[in-house]
Amino acid sequence: MMTNPNGIVTQGQFSFLPPLTDVQITAQIKYALGKGWAISVEYTDDPHPRNTYWEMYGAPMFDLKDPAGILMEINNCRKTFPNHYIRVMAFSSVRGVESPTMSYIVNRPKNEPGFGLVRQETNGRNIRYTIHSYATNKPEGERY
Amino acid sequence: MTTKTDKIDIQALLNESHINEVLDELDQDLVGLVPVKQRIREIAAYLLITKARLQLGIEAAKPSLHMCFTGNPGTGKTTVALKMADILHRLGYIRQNHVISVTRDDLVGQYIGHTAPKTKEVIKKAMGGVLFIDEAYYLYKPENERDYGQESIEILLQTMENHRDDLVVILAGYHDRMGTFFKSNPGMSSRIAHHVDFPDYDENELLEITKLMAGSMHYNLDKAAYSAMKDYIQKRKQQPHFANARSIRNALDRARLRQANRLFNDAITHKKETTAEDLSLITEADIRASRVFEGGLNGEQIAKKP
Repeated sequence: MMTNPNGIVTQGQFSFLPPLTDVQITAQIKYALGKGWAISVEYTDDPHPRNTYWEMYGAPMFDLKDPAGILMEINNCRKTFPNHYIRVMAFSSVRGVESPTMSYIVNRPKNEPGFGLVRQETNGRNIRYTIHSYATNKPEGERY
Repeated sequence: MTTKTDKIDIQALLNESHINEVLDELDQDLVGLVPVKQRIREIAAYLLITKARLQLGIEAAKPSLHMCFTGNPGTGKTTVALKMADILHRLGYIRQNHVISVTRDDLVGQYIGHTAPKTKEVIKKAMGGVLFIDEAYYLYKPENERDYGQESIEILLQTMENHRDDLVVILAGYHDRMGTFFKSNPGMSSRIAHHVDFPDYDENELLEITKLMAGSMHYNLDKAAYSAMKDYIQKRKQQPHFANARSIRNALDRARLRQANRLFNDAITHKKETTAEDLSLITEADIRASRVFEGGLNGEQIAKKP
């Protein structure tokens, strides 16, 4: 694809950059902790951009002071799901915000087949377009 | 390994870490505990020298810092743990100057599969700082072989080994029961580098503590009150559940209660005027009214018997 030269899923922050190293991830977590945000780790094997609700890995981590604990959790998740998408989310509980403030992918499958364009013919020979991930042809857990 | 420079200024290292301030604070704030202060100084010196060695490249790995504080209740284990965290932080061995204080309840779950996440959660919170486990010997209950404490100990051991740079664990508990705990968990014993034993306070030290505590609460004790306190300490030491400095704190709290009651009665019933001095003075009567002088808990039990 012309718009996505790396041929990888680009969602959230830093997704056009080379994969983040653990040191860089630690720095990002430190920034989020400094802001008082709660951090959680999530994973999925359905890369569709409208799939917003990913599976949570453990509980969200409140009251942490140091990034090491979160990095440990990320590495545990990578070990459990080496071929899934894993993202780190930061949640701000400030009244009026109460929503995720950061989200970035820290692990992705080795091979990402990408998306196909699906055309659906409807009333009056209209065409509806949608995208479909090749990976999701297989059942959950066997996709990558 | 070859070294770039052969010299290092220990004095500069000491000045820049500011650990002397903490050690002085330790000397001023804590009465007695001479062997403990000595040990803490030794550990601080060792850590400083190790830091110098690390900087010169003589030493490659950070030393093991896990500790065990043994002693009776109220001998200042928690207070010293806080100071220790301060020292470790100033020397750069831990990243955050925080102490997460937990007991068995925070680590061990109630059903199968509950313990591991609970322990891991606590460890994650403590990461980068100090994890202080009070009454650590409760983790292991030999009389119940299906106890989940063992699972918690195993996770702790794993973390103490794998995340040595991220976490310092300090165990605390009674001397004899910690001994049994280590005997049944040799892995734990071998991973702990520093054992510090906290002695009980003697009567003079307890009196000194009384003075300090009353001062920090902005109360004064008059001379008669001090001699009453001396008797109180002597009597209280013979009775069960004596908890050193904590017992003194409780005694002072109850004396404050009686003092307030006395002032209230004086003002309302006898229409006496109350001065600022009265408000901060604890008298002999406030202390002598304690049930410790009538034999304490035991005395009550005897009195109740027909």
